[in-house]
Amino acid sequence: MTRLDSVCTFLTVALLAASCGDDGSVLDEAGPVTVTLVAHDSFAVEPSLLEDFAARTGIEIEVVTAGDAGQMISQAILTAGDPLGDVLFGVDNTLLQRSLDAGLFEPYEADGLTDVDPEFVLDDQHRVTPIDFGDVCVNYWTDALPGPVPTRLADLTDPIYAGELVVQSPESSSPGLAFLLATIAGTPDWEAFWRDLRANGVRVTPDWESAYYGEFTSGGGDRSMVVSYASSPPVEVMFATDPIDEPPTGVLLDSCYRQIEFAGVLAGTEQPEAARRVIDFLLSEPFQEGIPESMFVFPVSDRAQLPATWAAHARLAEDPLILDPADVEANRDEWIDRWVEIVLG
Amino acid sequence: MGRDRPRLTTAVAVVPVVFLAVFFAYPVATVLWRGLGDDGLEPVRSVLGSGRTRDAIRFTVWQAALSTVLTLAVALPGAAAVAHASARTRRRLRAAVTIPFVLPTILVAGAFTELFTRFGLDDGPVRLRHTVWAILLAHVFFNYAVVVRTVGSYWAGLDGRLEEQARVLGAGRLRTFVEVTLPRLRPAVAAAAAIVFLFSFTSFGIVLVLGGPGRATIETEIYRYAVVRTDFGSAAALAAVQLVAVLALVALTTALERRRPVPEHGPRRSTLARSSAGRAANGLFVTTLLVLPIAVVVERSLSVGDHHGLDHYRALGTRLTMLPAPATTALRNSLAYATIATVIAVSIGTLAALVVVHGRRTLRHVVDLGLTLPLGTSAVTIGFGVLIALDEPPLDLRSSRWIVPVVHSLVGIPFVVRTMVPVLRRIDPALREAAAVLGASPARVRREIDLPIAGRGLLVGASFAFAVSMGEFGATAFVPRSADTLTAPQALFRMLSTPGELVRGQAMALAVVLMAVVGAAVFAIESARGTDEGTF
Repeated sequence: MTRLDSVCTFLTVALLAASCGDDGSVLDEAGPVTVTLVAHDSFAVEPSLLEDFAARTGIEIEVVTAGDAGQMISQAILTAGDPLGDVLFGVDNTLLQRSLDAGLFEPYEADGLTDVDPEFVLDDQHRVTPIDFGDVCVNYWTDALPGPVPTRLADLTDPIYAGELVVQSPESSSPGLAFLLATIAGTPDWEAFWRDLRANGVRVTPDWESAYYGEFTSGGGDRSMVVSYASSPPVEVMFATDPIDEPPTGVLLDSCYRQIEFAGVLAGTEQPEAARRVIDFLLSEPFQEGIPESMFVFPVSDRAQLPATWAAHARLAEDPLILDPADVEANRDEWIDRWVEIVLG
Repeated sequence: MGRDRPRLTTAVAVVPVVFLAVFFAYPVATVLWRGLGDDGLEPVRSVLGSGRTRDAIRFTVWQAALSTVLTLAVALPGAAAVAHASARTRRRLRAAVTIPFVLPTILVAGAFTELFTRFGLDDGPVRLRHTVWAILLAHVFFNYAVVVRTVGSYWAGLDGRLEEQARVLGAGRLRTFVEVTLPRLRPAVAAAAAIVFLFSFTSFGIVLVLGGPGRATIETEIYRYAVVRTDFGSAAALAAVQLVAVLALVALTTALERRRPVPEHGPRRSTLARSSAGRAANGLFVTTLLVLPIAVVVERSLSVGDHHGLDHYRALGTRLTMLPAPATTALRNSLAYATIATVIAVSIGTLAALVVVHGRRTLRHVVDLGLTLPLGTSAVTIGFGVLIALDEPPLDLRSSRWIVPVVHSLVGIPFVVRTMVPVLRRIDPALREAAAVLGASPARVRREIDLPIAGRGLLVGASFAFAVSMGEFGATAFVPRSADTLTAPQALFRMLSTPGELVRGQAMALAVVLMAVVGAAVFAIESARGTDEGTF
């Protein structure tokens, strides 16, 4: 029996250990407090910034990742009232209304907002605070284009670009959904536009990876235009195998849909005060300045300086396309269904 | 055989039953309850009423069945090769075939797409890209190891003299296989088939990426409802449908597997010459199928700009700006998780296998069915279930570090059970009775006869549990986790979702290292035993 006994003992210990797992609870006595920051998988921060923050404020930030933005918001809605953490980062304007409707956040107006362009503040009750923004735009591989560099969204239906564009399905991909919204905001008749795109040989992939690395020129594919981000060209420079002066790709600025990412104090947190300090931290200059090179999006704070590569190569649309979050929430499912019928039907 | 045996087995059963109840049944029941709630069966009726869902169900069952048949057809000759190889070669073969198993779906899809393009199969008359065939090929690629390892190890323990006798009596090679070998292999084949079916049944990434846009399965529909639409009612309804389908299937295969096989008297190698032409053809096909996609990944990992080199491998020790830690740290975390997950899977799985073989009827069925279910349950169901069920002390595990290896082990346990059970059943009762007559206690019989013999199945299952965890299969995608315990597959995905040749090269290098680590670990696990299988 000894072997079975020891197996049982081990399991009991393992289960006990598991049940006493680190729950990140608040320490009442003086000492460090741990704030759990729930974020999507693309959240990244220079570890030294977290250490500095902890040393300064006594608040340890424990980052918990919960899949992509869509998965994270579904999880947050399921656990509303008994949240997974104290602060949530990464809800964007396409999912914003859904999260507000579910009552996920407690209002907090951060001081740092004085340095933020008011166009980024989409909730006037300040249940969420803008932290970063980026644009989803059509990118092209300059040397592979069969014609002149496209300048307007409508150019994509030009037969000269037949079989050149690859997009992601809005059913499974966040940039895919953003591009669908761009066409809804930026063309007179989006359904006709997509019928024309289909006639012009648009290819659809389920996710960004299979579009950018599977079909686009960058991964050896045969498509010279892809839906990606305004930040993709500077990132191409950052991560070029041999140093390059110019990115191989460019951005069709007329196709850009603005994505703003927000953070908020989760309703039900037991330490709202510390949670608010974390929102302040996300708006602080050191964090804001680290955003481009760790998350490949742009800081919302006017005080943040862009890294040199970004200042040189990043281009943003002056007048990006954007829809009201409430409109998006009210129509998203219907638009997607319609898109599926037109493009895949 | 002592009278207290069933009682003892009942006691042993407590551990797997509690484990299953806490980490699977309770979370899944909670999520279904929450989703269906007051509306009861109404969401089920409405979801089943939609044409899209019915198509998805049909397609899911059909492709999973076809994937299973194809995998068996392609892999049984491989199992034969493993069974008839020398002990050392067998271990090497078994470790080698496990490698494709951990290659992340997205890389397999990418490699297949590139191969289709290179061989002109992406368009034209023989088009593979975005067809069902692409899905089926990828399922064969992934599941080849399941059949070769499970059936091959079992096969090695068969007495080869029966085949010799059949041949001497004039039976052809095929007839000998169909009438003499196959019936005796049935328990292992059924076990492997069940696992392959369930894997294909819940396959997500492959269906999305290789099947092309618009292809829906139950698994992708659950994701669509739960995540894209936050329509938890419909998602729960589909999850319930999935659960019922899986239950029915598992019940069917366990019935096939349960029929007590003929006791074997240990391996005796047949001295008959093996056929050549057929095996060569199969070998060529399998090598092409398994090796080419891996070769594509290796080639990409070595390609640096316009030359080749190890630069991407050297860079793995340096942290990239979008990751919390260097890739090497992520590999270490993965190894730690996989080790814990394997220990849990082996402990729970061994106890469960003993219960399945020796326990009381009802208990046996509950444990057997219950432990196989997680393999066929949507990642969304398990992940969301853990999230809303295990949220209060003493089981507030939602973001505990333990939850990742525990969920990994849920997928690993069926492998351990399914590989051990046929082996345990085959033990000659005469051997046990002899021991009992000679005065051995039931515990001693179990320790000194059952466990050493079952060790073979155990090690095969253990390596799977390890590989499953290293490759992050299934449910963990939906389990919230601490960012500083980044795992290798997570790092890989993050790298693949970043533009730039350099990061991509490093992602490929990390994939190659991941495969090498798994290959080496599986080889080490299976070499841990001095004596090789089948000798007792």
